[in-house]
Amino acid sequence: MTSEWPLWEVFIRSQHGLAHKHAGSLHAPDAEMAVRNARDVYTRRNEGVSIWVVRSSDVVASSPGDREALFDPAQSKVYRHPTFFPMPDEVKHI
Amino acid sequence: MTPSDRFDFLLRMGDSTLVLAQRLSEWVGKGPVIEEDIALTNVGLDLIGQARMWLSYAGEVEARGRDEDALAFRRDAHEFRNALLVEQPNGDYAETMARQFLFDHWHLLALKAMERSRDERVAAIAAKSSKEVAYHVERSTDWVIRLGDGTDVSHRRMQDAVDGLWMFAGELFLPDAVDAAAREAGVGPDLAALAAPWRSAVGAALAEATLTMPGDDWAQRGGRQGRHTEHLGHLLTEMQFLQRAYPDAKW
Repeated sequence: MTSEWPLWEVFIRSQHGLAHKHAGSLHAPDAEMAVRNARDVYTRRNEGVSIWVVRSSDVVASSPGDREALFDPAQSKVYRHPTFFPMPDEVKHI
Repeated sequence: MTPSDRFDFLLRMGDSTLVLAQRLSEWVGKGPVIEEDIALTNVGLDLIGQARMWLSYAGEVEARGRDEDALAFRRDAHEFRNALLVEQPNGDYAETMARQFLFDHWHLLALKAMERSRDERVAAIAAKSSKEVAYHVERSTDWVIRLGDGTDVSHRRMQDAVDGLWMFAGELFLPDAVDAAAREAGVGPDLAALAAPWRSAVGAALAEATLTMPGDDWAQRGGRQGRHTEHLGHLLTEMQFLQRAYPDAKW
């Protein structure tokens, strides 16, 4: 039966989190039940305040073969990190 | 309301939630898919939590030194006050869900009424439980609709399940002297008044599920007075084994 149900990726926004984070995946026949299953599988310990589900087949991923071309050029470019600026204490969430 | 009536009233709530939780626990590791296995176990755990609150309070009212564990594990079938509906065997998934669906809709209405109970403990337990049960209602109703309005096989099985369990649902709305005492004291719900909203909620879901509401409303009663079907004894044998074989065992 499981093999007939599509796979869904689950994203949970936690109590104090600002963004939804990937929590895992599960099987469900449709979106409504995917949200319900996500509630039961991933928020049992009061982890979340909001749930997103996305069909796994709708996720477009980068190819591991393209890793060098995509990510190596960003190495050794420390000036791209904003660590050289003093940050006022009042500024949160950075 | 005499302490003895109040004790009985609390046992009825506690035993129905406890016995249904035990039934659901029989599905652990055997659910049709792992997500459903987890979800159904969550419902069972909610019900065990509720049973603990009802039975602890029952033990206090009885004032004979019995705590929730003594009440759960040291009573025999005729001392249990659960509704007949919840002790019925799991059967297939349609039967498990139909049983849950019929009970959940009654359970939510009863708890909503008890949120206004004059007994503060009862009101507090009802308020905490009704949030959980609102989710149980959503889940079981969804399954009844999915299976009823599903394939030919799932439709037939769900209709058979509803037909087979229907005669055990009526008891939930038939008050006896204990229920009357609880209602008059403003402690418990007016059971007879729950029948109309229950029929309308259950009827709407059955219609959406393309299922037929059974026409015969003859009700088998007795569970809440301690007269049970043959199934409860077997359930208790398994549930109580450890405390019977090793009294006061702890781990």
